[in-house]
This record gives sequence, C-alpha cells and structure tokens, in this order.
Amino acid sequence: MADTSNTAPSAVEVRAVKKAFGAGAAQVVALKTVSLTIADNEFFTLLGPSGCGKTTLLRLIAGFEQPTDGEILLFGEHLEGLPPNKRPVNTVFQHYALFPHMTIAENVAFGLRRLKKSEAEVKERVQRMLELVKLAHTADRRPNQLSGGQQQRIALARALAPGPKVLLLDEPLSALDLKLRQAMRAELKQMQQETGITFVFVTHDQEEALTMSDRIAVMSAGELQQVGGALDIYEAPRNRFVADFIGETNLLDVTVEEVRGEEALCRIGSHAVLPCSTAGPATAGTSGHVSIRPERLSLSKPNGDDAIVGQVERLIYLGTDTQYLLRLDDGTVITVRAQNAHDSRLEVGPGERAALKIDAGASRLLVD
Amino acid sequence: MAGGIPGGGGAASSTFGAYRNRLLMPAWLAIGIFLLLPVLLMLVYSFLTKDFRGGVIWEFSLAAYDQFIFDRGLFGDEAPKIEWIYIQIFLRSIWQALLATLLCLVIGFPTAYFIATRAEKSRFVWLFLITVPYWVNLLIRTVSMKFLIRDTGPLNEWLISSGLIATPIHMVNTNFAVQLGLFYSYLPFMVLPIYASVERYNFALSEAAADLYADRWTTLRHVILPSVAPGVIAGCILVFVPSLGAFLAPDLLGGAKNFMIGSLIEEQFKGNAGNWPFGAAASMILLTMVLIVLMIYARQQVRSEQGGR
Repeated sequence: MADTSNTAPSAVEVRAVKKAFGAGAAQVVALKTVSLTIADNEFFTLLGPSGCGKTTLLRLIAGFEQPTDGEILLFGEHLEGLPPNKRPVNTVFQHYALFPHMTIAENVAFGLRRLKKSEAEVKERVQRMLELVKLAHTADRRPNQLSGGQQQRIALARALAPGPKVLLLDEPLSALDLKLRQAMRAELKQMQQETGITFVFVTHDQEEALTMSDRIAVMSAGELQQVGGALDIYEAPRNRFVADFIGETNLLDVTVEEVRGEEALCRIGSHAVLPCSTAGPATAGTSGHVSIRPERLSLSKPNGDDAIVGQVERLIYLGTDTQYLLRLDDGTVITVRAQNAHDSRLEVGPGERAALKIDAGASRLLVD
Repeated sequence: MAGGIPGGGGAASSTFGAYRNRLLMPAWLAIGIFLLLPVLLMLVYSFLTKDFRGGVIWEFSLAAYDQFIFDRGLFGDEAPKIEWIYIQIFLRSIWQALLATLLCLVIGFPTAYFIATRAEKSRFVWLFLITVPYWVNLLIRTVSMKFLIRDTGPLNEWLISSGLIATPIHMVNTNFAVQLGLFYSYLPFMVLPIYASVERYNFALSEAAADLYADRWTTLRHVILPSVAPGVIAGCILVFVPSLGAFLAPDLLGGAKNFMIGSLIEEQFKGNAGNWPFGAAASMILLTMVLIVLMIYARQQVRSEQGGR
C-alpha cells in the first residue's frame, strides 16, 4: 500500500469523501465529494459558515462518523472502519467535554491510562502538559472550579497528552470572550509550532483562520470553495462566496470586454473600463462579478476628468478606520475604507460628490 | 462562600423571616400531621402492652421488642433464647430487596439508556409504555402474575407446547415468584430516575472518552456511570425501600414459606389475632434500617458535592 510518488506521506489525506445522513427522501448531504491533503506540521483550518460541512469533515477524520463514500488516510494508512479509540488523533471539543467527576490531573491522564502507560510516565506527562498550558496549580481541582479559558486549556492539554499525530480542534475558542479568544490564538499557534503536531482547526471566524493558519480551506454547502494561504484567500479569492465570506468586499456587476491571459478588462456599468486579475478562465462579452476590497479604494474631490464619480451617502466612524458609502450615478453603492492615521482624513463629507480611485491590481474577476 | 446580602439587613430581613415562616406553615403542618405524627404514634405504640382483642393497653412495656429478639417459650417463663424466626424474616427481606434492586438495575439501566438515546418524540412513547401497566391496581397485577406463572398457567403451557420442558416448572410459592413480583412492581422506579439522569448526560463526554482511546466498556465504567450515578442511586433506593416493606408480592406469590417483613407487619394489624405493639416495633426496626440506607446515601451525596460537583 506504500505510496511511491511521495517519500513522506501527508498527515491527512481526504480522498473523494462524501457524507450523507439519513436515507431516501430524508437524506441530507453534509459533504459533497471533498478531497484535500494536509501536510505534516501544518496548521490547517477548515473555515466556513455553520452547516457548511466543516465539523462533519473533522468528525470523519476523528472517526465519530464513517464516510458514505471515499477514504481518509492518516500518514499513508487507511482509517476505514477504525473506531475513534483506535485512531492516533485527538480532539479538542467545542464545549471542552471535560469529565466533570474527575480532577484536572485525572482528565489529562485519561488518554495515557487507556494507552497503558506506566504510572510514573503518566504522572510525568500530566505534569508536563499542565505546565505547557500554565495550569499546573489546578491539578487537584475539578473542571467546574475553572474558568472557561482555563477549561479550554485543560481540554487542549488532555488532547495533547497522548502525543497524537494529528490534533483536531472543533471551534475550540468559540465559547470564550473576545480578549481571551485573541490571547488563545497566539497561544495555540505557538503551541503548534513548539509541538510540531499537525493541527486541523475548525472555525467559522475568518479572523481566527487568517491569523493562525498555514493554509485555509474555505467551505460552503458541503463543498471546498478554495484552499490556500491567508494571503491567497484574501487577496485572490476564487469565487463570489470566498470573496464575500472572507473580510469585506465590494461585489460589482461587470461585463468582460477583453481577456489578455491572466488579466481581463471589465466594464463597470456605464462607467469605466477596469483591468482585473482573473480567478479562472474568462470569456469576452460575458458578464461577471468583480471583487474590490474597501481598503484598496480611495476618494477625492472630483476634478472633471474622473472615470468613476458618485455621491457620498454616509460616513461611518470605526475607530481606526472611517467607512464611506458612495452611491454611483447608476445606483450602485460602494464601500470605501480609509485609515484615520496622520490626519489623512478625506476632505469629502456626506452629500458631496467624490471621485473613486481604485488601486492598481485591486480588482479581481471572480468565477461564479 | 459568597457573603450575605450587603447592607439593609437587620429589621428588613427579620420581617421577611417572619413572613416566610407564615408562608411555610402549610408545609410544616402537612409534614407534621402526615409524616411525623404517624411515626411518633408508631414509636409510642411499640412501647405499649398488647390487648388480646387487637389494640393496645396504655401501659409501658418492652415486650414487643423483647418478643422480636428473644424466645421465652409459650408462656413467657422460660430462659430467654435468641428468637431466629423474625431475624430470619428480616434477613430474607433484605436479601430479597437487594436481589430485586439488582435485577431492576441490570434490566432498568439498559432500558433507561435506550429510551434516553431515542429521538425526542419516540422517548415519550417509550416512557408512556413503561408506565401503562401502573394504571392498573398493584393487587390485580400481582394476582394476574400468579395466574400467569402457576403450574397450569399460560407460561408453563407455552413452555410445554414449545417442547422446551416436559413437566410444568413449579413457580408459585417460590422465592423466584416473589422476586418476579417485586421486580415487576418496582421496575419503573428504577427506569425513570436513571432515564432522567441519562437524558441530562452530555454525550460529548462519551465521544471524548472514545477519542482518548477508551473502549465502550471503559467509557461506561469510567465516564457514563459516574455521571449518571445520582439517578442510579435514586433508582436503587426507590426500589430497595418499598421492596423491603412489600407484602403483596410475598403474600400472593410467595406463600407462607417466603414470608417477608411487610407481611409480618401487615398480619399484626389484621383482624383480632394481631399484636399492635409487635407490629409497631417491627415497623420501627424496618424504619431504622431504611433510615440507615438513606443516611449512607446522603453522606455519599455530601461527599461527592465536596468533591466539586
């Protein structure tokens, strides 16, 4: 069964996996034939709105569900039919799922005990794990005597203790408040780098995904929409869903005028012709959508020969930024974001006319 | 742990206290009249002298307790020997009650677990089915049981006609029949509390256990059982206590040989042959034993609460 094309097998390989729940008319397809490869030592994130199939995919890897079709390989070995307790992966659950009747130390030791480690080894390892999450002093307490953030870290220590090859994290930060969530992001990332364990992280929070991941798989409606690094996904979204889901964007209806290799000239309504990078094959004469990030747009006083002009409808102050809503003459509303640093505030106010400038390379023609 | 309500205490809280006491009066009255008074009456009666036509003579006596423990011969003038009959009945009762509890637990736990893990709609159907037989009077059900299991009853006839046995199995008036009666009478008292705690159980814990390499048995023993223990203990008490004092099942299904403490007490108050102080004394002894069981349970509760839950 050795894979000859690759000397080092990838940590997780998902091959054409499909998952449907129920049967007949009541069948619900949670995952529509997904394939992806996660490299060893990678911080890999499954990102998508609720119901997109990301948790199902994680549960398939953990073994809580069996795929309807396709197969999953872990370091080149087939996992088919193996129950969760026979898979060398561990999970950090969304609501921690700490055993309430056991002490923190017993919780962390649970996996080690099942693996029949010697008592000395269990003790040493529990101590080390608790130190790793900086909670050694809580060893004799019960889970309900700990705060949410502490329970979260114990759940992490418990899952890391048996030394899994792959750690699965199911929205582990979603129950924490904002400040704690931000602190935990850095901690998780650091822990992943220190331990060298492959992390498969499920979240619906794009900021979490962008800040921690080596690679992100954006999912929607049971399908992979795009897989790539944070920069890729933000700067070069493949389709409307990804452009819209990750960050904020302006989606404009355009007509493709001309295609030159990787670039296309698109006409925005009756206004200007705009050079766009393309996410896939484009054909001249068709209509499509262009995504432009608000921070790559700017406004200025019109001076007569501007290509795109509109009226400023509203100004929204956001602390670090100010957001402008510009209504173009054809009725399209465009969001423009400007930083509030260095008194660089724009001189246009609500009700005034303004010209729109688009940064070079900011427009992207999407695959629908 | 948390301090009292800061400020404004004093007068305000004492008026509230008085008000609360007045509101609690009905509860105190109910507890006093229907719970404490009867027990007190029993306690007093157990120390009185028996009247031969039933009833009591208001004269202090330890005869009832003495009779329970010592045999002083027919006329009460011989040297006291330990009276084993009543102790035996007690031990048999405890044994039968323990067995019934165990049987109910072994059958009731999987049943409760099964029901609690069904879809929400079908759960109520299952629970309803469990309680349906209890809409019929216990006496009628126990008599029916006797008809079902007697030598010429449907159970034996079916066993014979299916060729499993040649001659009927004698079941009526055996320990087995008493056991069957107790088990059947009290099974729902085991199922319902266990169901309630399994329903509250967080099944993510079972997944977490499996994820941490525990097989099903280990998960049951180390994760599920400790989590649903309050329900299991409550169920055991609810089966053990009434089984210990049961008299219908042993009377109707067990016959004279399988006498239990409940029947013994019942007999003391029936007709003219009874001995009220003796019945009261036996009741007090039974009550004491039940209280001991409950105190063990209460202590267990306190201990697990101190443990942090």
